[in-house]
Amino acid sequence: MVSNTVDLNAKIPNNVGLSDDVKLQRALEKWLPSYLEWWNDMGPSDFAQKNVYLRTAVSVDNDGWAHYDYVKMPDYRWGIFLNPRQEESLIRCGDDAGKAAWHEVPGEHRNALRRIIVTQADTEPASVEQQRLLGHTAPSLYDMRNLFQVNVEEGRHLWAMVYLLHKYFGRDGRDEADMLLERRSGDPDKPRILGAFNQPCDHWLSFFAFTMFTDRDGKYQLAALAQSGFDPLARTTEFMLTEEAHHLFVGETGMDRIVKRSAELQRLDPNGDVRNQGGIDFDLIQRTINYWYTYSLDLFGGEISSNAADFFATGLKGRYREDKYEEHRALGGTYRLPVVEDGRLSERDVPMRNAMNEVLRDAYVHDCERALRKWNRTLEEAGSPTRLALPSRRFHRHQGIYADHAFDPTGNLITKDQFEQRRHEWVLTPSDNDYLLSIMKASHEPGKFANWIAPPTRGIEGQPIDFEYVQLRD
Amino acid sequence: MDASPQQHPPVEFETDPSRYRHWQVQYDGAIAKVLMRVDAAAGLRPGYELKLNSYDLGVDIELADVVRRLRFEHPEVRTVVVTSGHDNVFCAGANIFMLGSSTHAWKVNFCKFTNETRCEIEDATANSDQMYVAALNGTCAGGGYELALACAEIYLQDDGNSAVSLPEVPLLGVLPGTGGLTRVVDKRKVRRDRADIFCTTAEGVRGKRALQWGLVDAVFSRSRFEQEVAKKAKASAERKVDLKPGERVGVKLGPITPDRGENRRSYRHVTLSWDPAARTATITVKGPSEGDVKLVEQGGAAIHAAGDQLWALRAMRELDDALLWLRFNLLDTGLVLLRTEGDAARVIAHDRALFAARDHWFANEVLLHMARVLRRLDLTSRSFFALGDATDSAFAGCLLELALAADRFYLLDDEDVRVGLGPLNFGALPMSHGPSRLSVRLAADPNKVQELREQQELMGPEDADDAGLVTVRLDKIDWDDDTRVAIEERASMSPDALTGMEANLRFVGAENDTSKIFARLSAWQNWIFIRPNATGPEGALSLYGKPQRPHFDLNRV
Ligand SMILES: [Fe+2]
Ligand SMILES: [Fe+2]
Repeated sequence: MVSNTVDLNAKIPNNVGLSDDVKLQRALEKWLPSYLEWWNDMGPSDFAQKNVYLRTAVSVDNDGWAHYDYVKMPDYRWGIFLNPRQEESLIRCGDDAGKAAWHEVPGEHRNALRRIIVTQADTEPASVEQQRLLGHTAPSLYDMRNLFQVNVEEGRHLWAMVYLLHKYFGRDGRDEADMLLERRSGDPDKPRILGAFNQPCDHWLSFFAFTMFTDRDGKYQLAALAQSGFDPLARTTEFMLTEEAHHLFVGETGMDRIVKRSAELQRLDPNGDVRNQGGIDFDLIQRTINYWYTYSLDLFGGEISSNAADFFATGLKGRYREDKYEEHRALGGTYRLPVVEDGRLSERDVPMRNAMNEVLRDAYVHDCERALRKWNRTLEEAGSPTRLALPSRRFHRHQGIYADHAFDPTGNLITKDQFEQRRHEWVLTPSDNDYLLSIMKASHEPGKFANWIAPPTRGIEGQPIDFEYVQLRD
Repeated sequence: MDASPQQHPPVEFETDPSRYRHWQVQYDGAIAKVLMRVDAAAGLRPGYELKLNSYDLGVDIELADVVRRLRFEHPEVRTVVVTSGHDNVFCAGANIFMLGSSTHAWKVNFCKFTNETRCEIEDATANSDQMYVAALNGTCAGGGYELALACAEIYLQDDGNSAVSLPEVPLLGVLPGTGGLTRVVDKRKVRRDRADIFCTTAEGVRGKRALQWGLVDAVFSRSRFEQEVAKKAKASAERKVDLKPGERVGVKLGPITPDRGENRRSYRHVTLSWDPAARTATITVKGPSEGDVKLVEQGGAAIHAAGDQLWALRAMRELDDALLWLRFNLLDTGLVLLRTEGDAARVIAHDRALFAARDHWFANEVLLHMARVLRRLDLTSRSFFALGDATDSAFAGCLLELALAADRFYLLDDEDVRVGLGPLNFGALPMSHGPSRLSVRLAADPNKVQELREQQELMGPEDADDAGLVTVRLDKIDWDDDTRVAIEERASMSPDALTGMEANLRFVGAENDTSKIFARLSAWQNWIFIRPNATGPEGALSLYGKPQRPHFDLNRV
């Protein structure tokens, strides 16, 4: 328990001048015990006393941001870091592009910024909650360690966002920070803000799909916020991106290893029946992709959005790699969008700024397509005839202009009845989950992997694959 | 995209449950549940989608119909629960794209009509023992919260997300247009400094704080919401009320559809005609027949049995429809001439019998309805001249209210012309700020009102003039010329100045919450609506949802 500021400083690695910031110290002192309580209640269950080989960021220097050692998770040092900036920060997009960035919250944008930060922040503890029981069914110590790494870093991402709320948003910010610890993923009364973060993630196929697709939304949101004219937000999110990259790696390679293993089992079985061999069949993998990819697409927000236009116009949120664009106002152009009109799909030109969510979604879709090509290459190399695909971005949507209509995975408009009839072919079903849970048996021996997943090509931080990534023995 | 009426078919106000697109009413004994489920694709005008339970005039016309029918057709209902039929959103308020694409006149008329409907809700709670409660099962913004504010109690779902808000100022650069500001501080007595924060925070206030500030009356968690609201509704429906006697069987409101001729709408008792060149219209109301009076004289049960064919109900429904139609569809008609036909003595006899039966719930509803229609007349921003120009004119009793509501009353000086006061002229048909039209007219001499109350008899033109009821008394020789000149003169003046002047002169006396709402709407909101900061090319309302950001003229006016 933290009793004074000296302890606080020792406990919280930071480059934000915490030792000199009495206001921030006071806010964190109050918040930290609640956070730890939340971590104990909602963090990975039953592994608190185990040593985990974790990466901790202790400073923003090259050798400081990735410090590897055995740590017990509750002792993980959740730090607060801003990416350093050499040159003067500028507003990078919108009407004021090119002017000096804000180092304090401009009153005019206070509510919008708070909303952006709270929405991002809410996703961080949510995913920890969703993944809380997965440690028990980890397919290997290597995977278990990756899960915990993701978990503690999501916790740190919460810290990063709470830092902004505490530092820049006064009493409201402190209230919001408290509420981040009160909402719960999937709780009907206090749900997390965004849909995908209330979906159950109770087995490892969903975990890998989640870190592949849903964390990847996080990456693009963070990347867009890293372009923010609010300098502390830009620099915080930039640093978060370095950690996020590992989460995406876990998801993408995890899916790839499953695909690889399923192809092996397909070849092994006389009838090519993967399930017969205790593996995860490709239809099921495809349904999982369909499910998590589309829930993740929802996270980008409405295709036609006045909020998105406002955020861009005011310089609060840019595009992915805004610096690669030559023109940063985006006031004149339009974006052509397929819309449903009179029961048919047609195209409509939307002012570019109002389509900024879609522009960001484009970058995301592009990235996901790249991963799919990689998995299909794995299939090809393994001699499997099967190929996986991303469904249309209109398919199975719960937000935005397609949410009120039904589409098949290739994006054709169909009736809601037609969708319901084929739902079980297209997205994860309860019986899929039952099957997956039945094969998710923990594998706790170093270097051993569950039957349904291939080992990785290499270990963590130069360690061998059979390294004891989590010390389960007391 | 332009929602001005010129390019569109005229707006009609008659509807019935079989035609609703946006509302559903479920009846369960003494409890009615009014579900708002706006059909996004069924806007009254093209060019906008009614997403998130946002509304336009068409949605509100149906709501007004719901509220009216609840009183007449469902007298068994004690508690009305207004809630949303959509998930996670109660109501997003008036549709912003509809407002942004509407003419000034449309916006003003739309706001006025929605205000009148909110007042009808409060009137039902106050006078018909139908208590409205709002069950906010999702986010509730702007006009959505104003609808809730019109209800006696507000319950909010506490799910960390659902908020009540009035985002008009910070988001759109306009004011809440349906009495939100007044009701927050005057009706709910929310502290004005907190109200200042509330009304400038676009995202609004959620959960416990909304309760603490008095913005809502209770918060319930999402999983318990329906059940707790049902409990509240049950308790409210079982509250002790002194119900008026009379068989509590509803009275169906059948159609009153007029015959439509060129420049004319003819109802059974009311005719609206207009002269586009002169920019004048005439509304003629026929008084009750001999048989109508006999029927009313039989008392409450007979009045109830007459149902929607009762003269007093039918004529007033027709007048209401004519006034609304005129407001929205005859925009450049600046002056409305009010005429009556019938027998003055008979109107008084009718009023006496109806007033005597006022303890019957239905007779009472008829009187309350009559009062509301007359208030609609008071609040109509057109010049009104009442013309008692024939010996069969019948400006007496409830029909004299038309003359008292008018800006001027011209009366023919003929010994056969009769004007008369009856029991309904002394407070039974109050104006929106409370007093009777007669006491407003005679504000300088309250004793005179008392004197007239004791006399209550028919008067000739000279006595009526002496009593202060007549503006200009003209004999046959002068009538035509003098009234023609007065009409032409009126039609030549600035419509804006006339609207403002009339609104100032009509409501003599102290204000109340309702009159504040209307007065401030016309004074402030309508001004803000035409200011460049709202509706100029760089105004906040014009640019909402567009890629550009608003720019304000920062000078305070
Ligand atoms: Fe994260
Ligand atoms: Fe992540």
